[in-house]
Amino acid sequence: MRGLFYTVSALAVMGLGYWAYYENYETQDALRTASALQSEIGSSRETMSVLAAEWAYLNRPERLRDLADLNFPDLELLPITPDQFGDVAQVTFKGPEVEFDPNDLNGAVDVRGNYLAEDGEQYP
Amino acid sequence: MIRTPLRPLARILHARQKGENPDKIERDNIRARHEEMRDKMRQRAESRLLFVGVFFVIAFMLVGARMTELASTEAVEPQASASGAKIVAQRSDIVDRNGRVLATNLITNSLYAQPHLMIEPERAANELVAIFPDLDLERLKKDFTGSRKFLWIKKKLSPEQLQAVHEIGDPGLLFGPREMRLYPNGKLAAHVLGGASFGREGVHSAEVIGTAGVEKSFDEFLRDPAMDGAPLRLSLDMTIQAASRQVLEGGMKLMNAKGATSILMDVHTGEVVSMISLPDFDPNTRPNGLIKGDPSDSPLFNRAVQGVYELGSTFKIFAAAQALEVGLVNPNTMINTKGPMQKGRHRIRDFHDYGPALSVTDIIVKSSNIGTARMALDIGAKRQKEFLNSLGFFEPTPVELVEAPGAKPLLPKRWADIHTMTVSYGHGMAASPLHLAAAYSTMVNGGTLVKPTLLKQEGIEKGPRVISERTSAQARSMLRQVVQRGTASFARVEGYEVGGKTGTADKPKRRGGYHKDKVIATFASAFPMSDPKYVLIVTLDEPSENSGKKPRRTAGWTAVPVAAEMIRRTAPLLGLRPALDRGELSRVVNTASR
Repeated sequence: MRGLFYTVSALAVMGLGYWAYYENYETQDALRTASALQSEIGSSRETMSVLAAEWAYLNRPERLRDLADLNFPDLELLPITPDQFGDVAQVTFKGPEVEFDPNDLNGAVDVRGNYLAEDGEQYP
Repeated sequence: MIRTPLRPLARILHARQKGENPDKIERDNIRARHEEMRDKMRQRAESRLLFVGVFFVIAFMLVGARMTELASTEAVEPQASASGAKIVAQRSDIVDRNGRVLATNLITNSLYAQPHLMIEPERAANELVAIFPDLDLERLKKDFTGSRKFLWIKKKLSPEQLQAVHEIGDPGLLFGPREMRLYPNGKLAAHVLGGASFGREGVHSAEVIGTAGVEKSFDEFLRDPAMDGAPLRLSLDMTIQAASRQVLEGGMKLMNAKGATSILMDVHTGEVVSMISLPDFDPNTRPNGLIKGDPSDSPLFNRAVQGVYELGSTFKIFAAAQALEVGLVNPNTMINTKGPMQKGRHRIRDFHDYGPALSVTDIIVKSSNIGTARMALDIGAKRQKEFLNSLGFFEPTPVELVEAPGAKPLLPKRWADIHTMTVSYGHGMAASPLHLAAAYSTMVNGGTLVKPTLLKQEGIEKGPRVISERTSAQARSMLRQVVQRGTASFARVEGYEVGGKTGTADKPKRRGGYHKDKVIATFASAFPMSDPKYVLIVTLDEPSENSGKKPRRTAGWTAVPVAAEMIRRTAPLLGLRPALDRGELSRVVNTASR
């Protein structure tokens, strides 16, 4: 009986020793991961703040105004003025939808397109 | 275990034969046994004592070793329990009312040198001067080859400069990380933001401290780590600020003014939506203040807050409103305006002769000095002072700028009758445009006191009542008529029902007296007059409009057109819908709503 008790406790000590050893390395691993993540978060935050600053710099009103002036031929942006406000009554609403019946189109529409002749010759 | 018997038979018998007492043998044996037991006990106790002693020595050595270790190593953040990098930057951002960035931080590097680590000091000095032309080559060479162990070379480096310095490759040139303050919008809102610079500097980091404006007045808040990077939200609106600045800058050039300022304020909350003072500066490279001369000539001077001017006829509405409030007059009461008005050795004149009498409304509309002075005399000095005090004209503005408490209004030393008269039309007393903005807000918002603020407010908190709702409505009607048929006719902005009062004051000379041809032209306006939302103050310093035969300097010709253009540009951006008369279309809408 006593022999069994000693064997079991010795085995338990060995098991616990192994467990503690294993946990120790697991913990160290987790700490390394955590500190790597921390520094990644730190550098991401730094990047974000730089990007935010850059975004603010690129969107400064002065530059946007110059860009709007430069691209006036394409965008035709002008400062908003009081006469650009309107009444709901000024909006032209879409009229009622007309039912589309393909049968009505018989012979009415001249269809043009690429047409492949039977002998393989292509006509525009 | 074999025990020695206490009475061994052989010895007893032997003792009996000799006639000795056999008990003595027993006692002897008992004593011997006790001695043996005692020795054993002592040995055991000694070994226990030794064990405990060794245990304590080891324990104390462990504690001591741990203490030495803790004391001699650098502190490290506990990794396992770290709750995440919370402190983003050492200084919070400043944003406008919509959250757009006005001031933020940028990571950069500073450059320092440790000459004793340098390999080729002369070459390093030459190449540094090639990168930074503003450095002095001779001085650098002397520093590098001398006995100095440490010197700062540059406080902020751009990434390109950093790379170039890296490429010199000298081990004695070192970099320290820095957080620098960046104002992405440049000159926009420069006077409000102020600027920042480095405080205490170390190799690893440096303090960033505010030097002026909100950066300084909220320095503690911005640097508070407990705020967890929460930004400071101002009441400014960047879009409005940008549009106003563009208009004001153009207006200042057109009117040949040497300076200009504008304030747009919410009449209910006192929030300053835009505040511009020209000329301005770039807070990223804040210039130094002037050492000699007039501080107001420096671009650092915030005319809106620090500029204490005689604001001229814009004050007349206060006299009229008080006369209405105390029941001396009603808007149609006729007042004697026959001039010139003699008081002691002073004479008060009007710009034109307005005939024998004008109604109170017309006094404001035509801007009659004599009429206003008569009303003020009826009110009396005491009540006038109380009224102006209640509008905040006797104290510096409570706005959150470091510059504000220094800008005390200039008041007459003795308040004689002549002062009562001149102050009523804005002469002999000087206040900042921000004072005027707050007072006009109080006049038109229904009569409750407004305190100017630069912080975004949640909801409206009504201040104490200064004038009644009725007086406020009458003042609004008068101000509206000034634009409709008075001195500010250029301010007719279609759809926005602008109302306001012009003011042109001669600039005082430094040694007393007034300049003949230098004026401060002010237009204090509010819109839309049916239910005022915003007050706009535009002040031009020494304007002159030269399109006619003679240069025109009155506010009606200078400040008013600028203000009108500003309202035209900013009111739609503020989300105000113009009340336009659209002819037939409005008729359609009206029938639909009936």
